[in-house]
Amino acid sequence: MSIATLIPSPREISTEPRRSDKVFRRVVTGGGLSSLIILGLIALFLAYRGYEVLREEGLGFITNAEWSITLDESANVVESNFGLSAMLVGTILCSLVAVVIAVPISVFSALYLNFYAPGWLKKILVAVIDMMAAFPSILFGIWGFLVLMPSVEYWGKLINKYLGWIPLFEVKPYFFTRSPFVAGVVLAIMIIPIITSVSREIFAQAPLDRIQAAFALGATRWAMIKAVVIPHGRSGVVGGAMLGLGRAMGETVAVYTVLNIVFQINWHVLLGAGGNVASLIILKFGEASAYEIKALMAAGLVLFFLTLSVNAAANFIVKRTGKSGR
Amino acid sequence: MIQTPESEKEMSTSAQPGSLASVANAKQARTQPTQATGTGLEARGIHAWFGKNHVLANINLDFAAGSVTALIGPSGCGKSTFIRTLNRMHEFIPGAAMAGEVLLDGKEVYAPGVDVTKIRLQIGMVFQKPNPFPSMTIGENVLSGLKLAQLKVANKDELLESCLVRAGLWNEVKDRLDAHGGSLSGGQQQRLCIARALAVSPQVLLMDEPCSSLDPGSTLRIEETIRELSDSMTIVIVTHNMQQAARVSDYTAFFLSDGGPGEMIEVARTSEIFSQPKDQRTENYVTGRFG
Repeated sequence: MSIATLIPSPREISTEPRRSDKVFRRVVTGGGLSSLIILGLIALFLAYRGYEVLREEGLGFITNAEWSITLDESANVVESNFGLSAMLVGTILCSLVAVVIAVPISVFSALYLNFYAPGWLKKILVAVIDMMAAFPSILFGIWGFLVLMPSVEYWGKLINKYLGWIPLFEVKPYFFTRSPFVAGVVLAIMIIPIITSVSREIFAQAPLDRIQAAFALGATRWAMIKAVVIPHGRSGVVGGAMLGLGRAMGETVAVYTVLNIVFQINWHVLLGAGGNVASLIILKFGEASAYEIKALMAAGLVLFFLTLSVNAAANFIVKRTGKSGR
Repeated sequence: MIQTPESEKEMSTSAQPGSLASVANAKQARTQPTQATGTGLEARGIHAWFGKNHVLANINLDFAAGSVTALIGPSGCGKSTFIRTLNRMHEFIPGAAMAGEVLLDGKEVYAPGVDVTKIRLQIGMVFQKPNPFPSMTIGENVLSGLKLAQLKVANKDELLESCLVRAGLWNEVKDRLDAHGGSLSGGQQQRLCIARALAVSPQVLLMDEPCSSLDPGSTLRIEETIRELSDSMTIVIVTHNMQQAARVSDYTAFFLSDGGPGEMIEVARTSEIFSQPKDQRTENYVTGRFG
């Protein structure tokens, strides 16, 4: 008899779940799938409504900057040009400004809350920050418009004065009002709560025995944070930043209030001419003809995939740095 | 891990209670260039609390420079709390309080205006669970204390090697100093932590049950390391293993709590504690009648 006949093949192992377990499983599965189904239906709806325009414009819908439509007296389309490039560039620019400003503030807030703030103050601040996250964005927009804009314009002028030689900060013509920078600052304030709470939670999970090891080696608090807490939390902070970026890209009302929308690609953050896909939809929706609405739906689809890919990238980065960072 | 016949013999002789002589021989066999300096560490009337809970009462204990002192006693008698008051790690626990004085070379560790980070540089610590920094390589881990305390050193490679040699880890890791600390076994990680503590050249090394999560082979290796180190520094080791206390220490202090705060029942030369303890409770504990 050969050895092979002595070694059994692995048994099939199965269990028959109880009925209550089966029911619960279905309920939970349904809940989990519903978000996926809703998301899929939205994408389908946008694709269906925007299909005509997308077919008409082709790749130009993403690469052209012009957005115009001419109708004759009986509301038939005479000529139309729909392109999103200026809006897409503007969206990315505003969001990047927001993330660049928000990440350091959020990380330092999270570090302060976890490692420096006295207990009572920490409780109050955490509540305030969580409340900020749930604050209606129109209020940020109005506050940004009335209160923040004059100061931010002043900061913009300062940056331009001293760093204007960097192409990014060039301003020609000399016009600062309602720039992507202003919108970025408003967005930054809106995404600080998200990034702060994500960072705070990941920092709080920094291993206590490593923290003690650092202190026992004569580390100051800041040295300990650099050696233990930040390496531990790096991937979480990146994830939080990407989450904030996604939120910033999708933000509509607040940006609409403080941004001057111009259909021309503009990379100069301080110049008062920007673009934003979501704000474009709000700007045009009210008086759009049937055909232009289709174009706006197509724009929505593009925005949908943009935020989706940012979130996917966030997941990827978090997973990858998560492995090497620990 | 390879155990040489000589060191095995050494272990077996020193494993007998009251074997101070053999410990001393082992020390002589490995003469170290450096000598312990200073007048040592003194604890005067130490009390400790966690919130309202009084966990440690009136501990008076001297640690002579270059000596190894073992703290033994059942769980929850305050041994760990006591050594954490020595390098001011106790105060990290929320609600923790202490009274009394700790003197290092005659200077008060808790005096107002003392830089606590300097104290922790002079009084190093090795923890119960190995805790190398996961984001650093083996080499970076050893030298991490320099970075953390912003110390400058002339020859980093030399220091790295000497610390790993003294911690008994050099031969096992010399070819992979760039590997992550997490890739080592538990016993190696603990020796890495010892090497890390040595790199800032402390006068005193506190060890809080350093072998409790390790296999017997790694334990023996670390005990050997302790004996070698005791030529150049003062060592305080908390242990639940009485054979270990007998093997490595010059002095042994017995701690006990009868439900109230932990107290020190007696301290004496290790040979005396294990052969003719003065207190009945010590005898009960060291002979294994309780605890």
